[in-house]
Amino acid sequence: MISGDRLFGAVVVLGAGAYAAAALQLQTGFMSDPVGSKTFPLLVAGVSVICGLVMVIRPDDDPEWPTLRTLGALAVAVAVLAAYAYTLKPLGFLIPTAIAAGVLSYQINPRPMFAVLAGLGLSVGLFSLFKFVLGLGLVALPGG
Amino acid sequence: MDILSNLALGFSVALSPWTLMLAILGCFIGTIVGALPGLGPSNGVALLIPITFSMGLDATAALVLLTSVYYGAMYGGRISSILLNIPGDEPAMMTCLDGYPMAKNGRAGDALVISGVASFVGALLATVALMLIAPMLAQAAYLFGPAEYFALYLLAFSTLGGIASKNQAKAALASAIGLGIAMIGLDNQTGLPRFTGGNLHLMDGIDFLVAIVGLFAVSEVFVFIESHGKGSALGVKLGKITVPWRDIWETKWTMLRSSILGFIAGILPGAGASLGSFLTYMMEKSIAGEKGKFGTGVVKGVAAPEAGNNSAAGGALVPMLTLGVPGSGTTAVLLAVLMTLNITPGPTLFADRPEVVWGLIASLLIANVVLLLMNVPMVKIFVKILMVPPALLLPGVMMVSFVGIYSLTGSYFDLLLMIAFGVMGWLFRKLDIPTVPVILGILLGNAMEDNLRRAMILSDGDAMFLFSSPISIGLWVAAILGFVAPIFLRRIIKKPTVPDHAKPVD
Repeated sequence: MISGDRLFGAVVVLGAGAYAAAALQLQTGFMSDPVGSKTFPLLVAGVSVICGLVMVIRPDDDPEWPTLRTLGALAVAVAVLAAYAYTLKPLGFLIPTAIAAGVLSYQINPRPMFAVLAGLGLSVGLFSLFKFVLGLGLVALPGG
Repeated sequence: MDILSNLALGFSVALSPWTLMLAILGCFIGTIVGALPGLGPSNGVALLIPITFSMGLDATAALVLLTSVYYGAMYGGRISSILLNIPGDEPAMMTCLDGYPMAKNGRAGDALVISGVASFVGALLATVALMLIAPMLAQAAYLFGPAEYFALYLLAFSTLGGIASKNQAKAALASAIGLGIAMIGLDNQTGLPRFTGGNLHLMDGIDFLVAIVGLFAVSEVFVFIESHGKGSALGVKLGKITVPWRDIWETKWTMLRSSILGFIAGILPGAGASLGSFLTYMMEKSIAGEKGKFGTGVVKGVAAPEAGNNSAAGGALVPMLTLGVPGSGTTAVLLAVLMTLNITPGPTLFADRPEVVWGLIASLLIANVVLLLMNVPMVKIFVKILMVPPALLLPGVMMVSFVGIYSLTGSYFDLLLMIAFGVMGWLFRKLDIPTVPVILGILLGNAMEDNLRRAMILSDGDAMFLFSSPISIGLWVAAILGFVAPIFLRRIIKKPTVPDHAKPVD
């Protein structure tokens, strides 16, 4: 089993390489200063490469990784939230919020009734708080 | 008498009914946020920033509200430490050691009152010290040129990485990632885009508020999904609250010593409140010796870390206000507040916007009194709030994060970025990579690069200019020491106690 630190360190080294390559591609403006727009990003990339290599060579003890099931749950959470981000504008606040909050609640503590109530309660409660107490411009329902 | 007239100006700002109301509201929210396990000062303030701005508060009002939340969270952290043995936030960790045993011995009420008073003493003394020291340091800051600022930023990163984390490489990497993210967007000097990949959403760079809310608040929700919010049932019954005057009087020197040490720990860049409470607890433990019975539920063991961490919270404001360099995660968040309000911290802040600085200091003093009143007689209300189940609380946190960022920027792209930062925060916590340096990097990256470039323009490209003044040489030396010394100290300190973990890796 590859250690998490080693894997992450390797990813960092590759990422920093790509970052440095992108920095070298930068166009230099005609009014350039002695340092220019490349130097600082290149320094940052250099530091990252060193740190990444240290992580590959001397990794810490591996953390306790979640089971595949938990990873799946996290992936679902991320997917639900991404969907929430896309639908917040077209569908208004109330419906997407109730669904997203309910799903998250169920994922933290799998009690269906509680999750449904938590979703509905948070959706309506937060909407009233934001709209009527704090005066933020939220839209309740599609087309509303 | 300069200070008194300045303070009078401050109180004239802070005592207006509207500001006073915001301070009380902030204290109340802050105490709740601090008390709830999983929410601490940094993510509490982070969560509230976007909402505050969407409400259109002016600079002073926003600052008063958010710093009251900050101080309130420092007070509130002790409640769950004592009652649940779960620190409400990181600095309250040491309070568990004697607070929870006290609660198990049936003295939960006493522990809450004593720690509340200790918090008050620590925070009050720190605010007074802040009042005296900050203007002086602001004068000294006039001597700082671009080369000195560059070295100062470096010092902040290196001590943050050196002291606050267990692995130097990981801390440095976190800073570098933050700095790298800060580079995204239009180059300040040439006006050309960098690292945007042609994406129009990235032209303005990544909003640091998106990163802060993602890394601090959203990642917390992922952590709870993974752990299913275990261990949050209230374990201890709370009886009638009385004030144990004798115990409070007995701890007077403990509180005083801890406040001073905590304040110093708070001023050091990168150290902050967690170090403050750790150092003060260790100090009092060694002063009391074997018969002090620390760890079994003694009052001094509760008073010391609480005075220490609240005092450190005040101390951490000194470098943030005078130099614009935050010493901890929460002050990094407060720096973000200032930057969003278009207030540049530093010596000019004291000269140009005295009403902001002194209004802030006056409202800290007011917040302290309010917090003492809230936290001693009204502590039962907050204990009730601790019983909110995580399955309701954490989805609520997530929705507030979304609404905050959405009403601030109105862009689905920023929401997606926020989720990405949340995932990053979760992964970093798994790998034990600190997230505070990432925030600091994003906040300070552009200023750091600008100062480097300005220094090089002044010297016409001579790199030795960076080490040309005594101040900058001192800062470089401190930065290198701050980064390297903990590697050796860690071996010396840890070896005798935990031999298994301190084994040198060959």
